[in-house]
Amino acid sequence: MQKIKPGRFGNFGGQYIPETLMTEVNRLAAAYDHYKNDPDFQAELTTLLNDYAGRPSRLYYAKRMSEDLGGAQIYFKREDLNHTGSHKINNVLGQMLLAQKMGKTRVIAETGAGQHGVATATVAALMGMECEVFMGKVDTDRQALNVYRMKLLGAKVHAITTGTGTLKDAVNAAMQEWASRVDDTHYVIGSTMGPHPFPTMVRDFQSVISREARAQILEATGKLPAAIVACVGGGSNAIGAFYNFINDKDVRLIGCEAAGKGVNTDQQAATMETGRTGIFHGMKSRFIQDGDGQIAPVYSISAGLDYPGIGPEHVHLAETGRAEYVGVTDDEAVDAFEYIAKEEGIICAVESAHAVAYVQKLAPQLAKDQIIICNLSGRGDKDVAAIARYRGVDIHD
Amino acid sequence: MTNLKTVFANKKAFIAFVVAGDPDFAACADNIVALAEAGADLVEIGIPFSDPVADGPVIQAADLRAFAAGSTTAKVFELVAAVRKRTQVPLVFLTYCNLVYQYDYDKFFTRCAELDVAGAIIPDLPLEERDEVKPIAEAHGCHIIPLVTPTTPPERIAKIVANVDGFIYVVSSMGITGTRDNIKTDLNQLVANIRKYTTTPTAIGFGIHTPEQAAQMGAVADGVIVGSAIVDIIGQYGREAPTHLQDYVKAMRAALPE
Repeated sequence: MQKIKPGRFGNFGGQYIPETLMTEVNRLAAAYDHYKNDPDFQAELTTLLNDYAGRPSRLYYAKRMSEDLGGAQIYFKREDLNHTGSHKINNVLGQMLLAQKMGKTRVIAETGAGQHGVATATVAALMGMECEVFMGKVDTDRQALNVYRMKLLGAKVHAITTGTGTLKDAVNAAMQEWASRVDDTHYVIGSTMGPHPFPTMVRDFQSVISREARAQILEATGKLPAAIVACVGGGSNAIGAFYNFINDKDVRLIGCEAAGKGVNTDQQAATMETGRTGIFHGMKSRFIQDGDGQIAPVYSISAGLDYPGIGPEHVHLAETGRAEYVGVTDDEAVDAFEYIAKEEGIICAVESAHAVAYVQKLAPQLAKDQIIICNLSGRGDKDVAAIARYRGVDIHD
Repeated sequence: MTNLKTVFANKKAFIAFVVAGDPDFAACADNIVALAEAGADLVEIGIPFSDPVADGPVIQAADLRAFAAGSTTAKVFELVAAVRKRTQVPLVFLTYCNLVYQYDYDKFFTRCAELDVAGAIIPDLPLEERDEVKPIAEAHGCHIIPLVTPTTPPERIAKIVANVDGFIYVVSSMGITGTRDNIKTDLNQLVANIRKYTTTPTAIGFGIHTPEQAAQMGAVADGVIVGSAIVDIIGQYGREAPTHLQDYVKAMRAALPE
């Protein structure tokens, strides 16, 4: 990737944050620059990823789905089987090990679906650090199970009522909290967003997904896949799944955005399709906004994709034509959620179901000797109640 | 174009902040005129943003009132045009980078120059990114007012204040805007560090709301900035705010050192 200066992906990225945070963010960038090349740090991180999080995650051949769809051979990268139930743990272990090296004793995090909050609360318990999680009130309501999990793990959860009460507002609140207390506190940003070094650092920590997947598919089949498919909100599981395939020019990289009730409605979060370049949450990237630049309310059934922006590296990959982004509606995602459960016996996160839905469309268009790797970013236990509600089923006992 | 140096000439400056369109556009113009008449040396006009990450609850509430009154960037410029028919008080904008970016940097500062708005404070435009905007603003004779905070180290202060001649916004405390009863930062040291590198005036903001604080901060820096306390008065008194604002500004002005 051609970079103009550190923290830039083409024209995107940068450090658009208040001066109250700049010194800390620069300190973080310097610490990351140091530790990313430190073999002891990397060895310690690998041990945590393997022994604690359960890596490497499996690359599973979905035989029934491949046969049913009648086209490409489908493999799932099983990030849902990681400890805490999603890819989020990869980044959290990396950032919190770094925070510990920097002498931090407290972490804060934003969370949408709660997967990143749970991962942060988990590692805080493991490392003996204090933890506070910021979560939109709409999300604490629709992801009540994860709120309770975080509390069990010893974290304090703040339900944010400002704005739309979703992920964007949780990020605002976490940034405000960090600006008031940087000395002992690290802000564990959960996606490839925010000011430099976060988009680069989070991508590096998540790139373990594609490093493993590339070796696993070559080992299993002797060839590279035709396409990688992953869901995109801020974009951390997608960039992790794409990264080590970027130089394999024949591998299509496909990000699946939340089209909610349709990209032609105002109930959607498909940033690539309906957003434009702007400056928000510390980065120049693409955002859904009005003509003046006021950030627009967005919507998705999936709390983890319900965000009006996207990581800057994705915008660069889109503008250079290296990656494609497609919208998947709530209806399609819920259908896919049920399909993969019945077909493969996997209850995946409703976020990941957006990627599964696109695999259902793509696979029949490809030949039988072609391969799709779909990143199953998380498991769906947290979503079962919401899916039941969506289907009008009362499961209260 | 107003020279911001006049704001600080031969006196300590009292700088007032309002949110454009709060509680509505007509009342906001009256409030700005009242602040100027009562002795505010400079008025910062906040252009409301949907996600004001540097602002506390008081200013967030004012932003919501302004949006309810139909605030848009275009209406904010109309407000300033109306204000300019009634007062020549020096003005600057305070807003977030995306609103300026979407309006187009060059068009934004062209309008500023036409309306004699001397510059802009953009909290999410730090040193690392300001070259994207500063040369364009300066080409129109406008200033980008930089912020220095309690965590800004001296070597960074040197870079921030280099080639800046509007004023330096000294952030008194970490966190977000809002009144504070105790300001713990060693502001004497912070302002001394700034003065090592520049003769550009300094004004302290974030948390100041009482005459005692104005006296104390005015002794340290070249001016004081009051935002949330003024916005609070507007929130409390609505259309009756002008007389209350005048009483408040006069009390604060009187407390400032000569």
